[in-house]
Amino acid sequence: MLSLTPADFDAIALSIKVAAVATALSLPLGFLYAYVLTYLNFRGKVVLEVLVNLPLTLPPVVIGYLLLISLGKNGFLAPLCDLLGLNLIFTWKAAVLASAVVGFPLLVRSIRIGMEGIDRQLIQASRTLGARSIDTLFTVILPLSVHGILAGSSLMLARSLGEFGATIIIAGNIPGVTQTIPLAIYEYASSPGSERAALALCLVAVALSVLVLFCHEALGSRLSRRD
Amino acid sequence: MELSMAVRKRLGDFDLAADFTTSGEAIGVFGQSGCGKSTLVSLLAGLSQPEEGEIWLDGDCLYSSSRRIDLPPQRRRVGIVFQNACLFPHLSVEANLLYGYRRCAPEHRRIDFKTLIGVLRLEELLKRGVNRLSGGERQRVALGRAILANPRLLLMDEPLSALDDSLKFQIITYLKSASEEFRIPYLFISHSLIEVRLMTEKVLAVAGGRIAGQMTPEELARQRMGQSQVGYINLLDVELKRRLGGMYAYGWGDTELFVSAGDDAPRAVFELSSRDIILFKKHPEAISARNLLKCTVLDTFPSGNKVGVELGCGGRKLVAEVVVQAADELAIQARSEIYAVIKAASFRRLG
Repeated sequence: MLSLTPADFDAIALSIKVAAVATALSLPLGFLYAYVLTYLNFRGKVVLEVLVNLPLTLPPVVIGYLLLISLGKNGFLAPLCDLLGLNLIFTWKAAVLASAVVGFPLLVRSIRIGMEGIDRQLIQASRTLGARSIDTLFTVILPLSVHGILAGSSLMLARSLGEFGATIIIAGNIPGVTQTIPLAIYEYASSPGSERAALALCLVAVALSVLVLFCHEALGSRLSRRD
Repeated sequence: MELSMAVRKRLGDFDLAADFTTSGEAIGVFGQSGCGKSTLVSLLAGLSQPEEGEIWLDGDCLYSSSRRIDLPPQRRRVGIVFQNACLFPHLSVEANLLYGYRRCAPEHRRIDFKTLIGVLRLEELLKRGVNRLSGGERQRVALGRAILANPRLLLMDEPLSALDDSLKFQIITYLKSASEEFRIPYLFISHSLIEVRLMTEKVLAVAGGRIAGQMTPEELARQRMGQSQVGYINLLDVELKRRLGGMYAYGWGDTELFVSAGDDAPRAVFELSSRDIILFKKHPEAISARNLLKCTVLDTFPSGNKVGVELGCGGRKLVAEVVVQAADELAIQARSEIYAVIKAASFRRLG
């Protein structure tokens, strides 16, 4: 019989919390980033393109390590954290940061694909009808990007649920504090005799992923029907 | 409306250099695809910027490279009706219509929503999603949306090109009634000479990124007669008189015309190409064509290697064309009498 311990439930709750917060926090920024890449032309745009896609190609462990040294005591982001009164390292917030950085390119890519599908003349029409560009952004581009936003959020949510490499470096693997599902499975897998416990959590991970993808499909087809 | 543009814009290999001043309420911009008409529209609306130059509308500077003025599109009050309606797919018809109206400063709002709905017959469409409209309905909504934004100039950029022939002329009726009712000056951009003749009183001819000239639509049609494959198209506004076996007899001025392609509608407009009119110096004896009109030559004009002959007939005018040699042989000159023969099958119904 497969069963879950209270610590497993903590890990599940933390995973969901971390993934949801990371996605929610990244959404506005991801939307703006995608807007800038899709609609604005400026010198050095290619740097932004490379930067946003870097986490896709770098090993997550490298990302975690880079975050650790930039947020650590002598890191270049430390003064900013001090200013904001944030103590990130080895807290659940660090896990959120790791998930946000790793999932961000997926979010931006999906939103961008959605935006590129918008007929440019619709944007021009809104401008000639008296809308300023910020008005057009919220009344035309945002509603017409909904599919892309939804796709990006689901991908990012699913990716965050599975985030491991960057999280273990920057947040550690502290049960009840920073131990998410993948970290708990890792711990079970490395201690003899815990195969069943590991398997139980694996099934939970599969169920969560399937649920996210189902919700994505259901919402997507509802939106298509509305169109 | 007075518009003055002196702009230069380079797009890859294409170079647009337009320099003109024009005034009027219904102005056509005519030219073949790729001649620069759409670039002109986007420069005027502020959707793209010229490399250099100036654009003035009714005494206001919209763009000036030397004075560093570039009014953004939302402050130019230049509306556009696009070829493909471009309705916002996430909004209802009503919300589309009100999009520009809500963003228009209250002091500029002079067009009433209800009146517009009445003129364009949009009542029944208001609550519908725009994806459930036909092509003609979409274009009517697009026109209504642009008018409700209360622009001081409306740019109609090939608004009829995506519609089939019968719909085109229905929409022209709406365009005309809306422009009469709301008195918004417009530029009508088209590659169709017929559309330009029906919609405008003055035309800017555009070719190869340059303004080739300003003229009346009639002058343009005559100028193009010689090179056009269909000749000069006469537009005949007629009234149904009676049916005659398989044919229809229409009143046209004081003359009666026999037409094969008629129907029971009391009024109609027919096209007749200048090439389908045969001229006789004397009354021909026996002919198979059903229309034999006694005409007076009002004027002749050259067009390419052809001579256009303007005929007066029962108080109306008709343009026929003959080759130069035929004009010499028949000694066609103003005030001479001549017979025009037209087959009943030569008339093509508009719309």
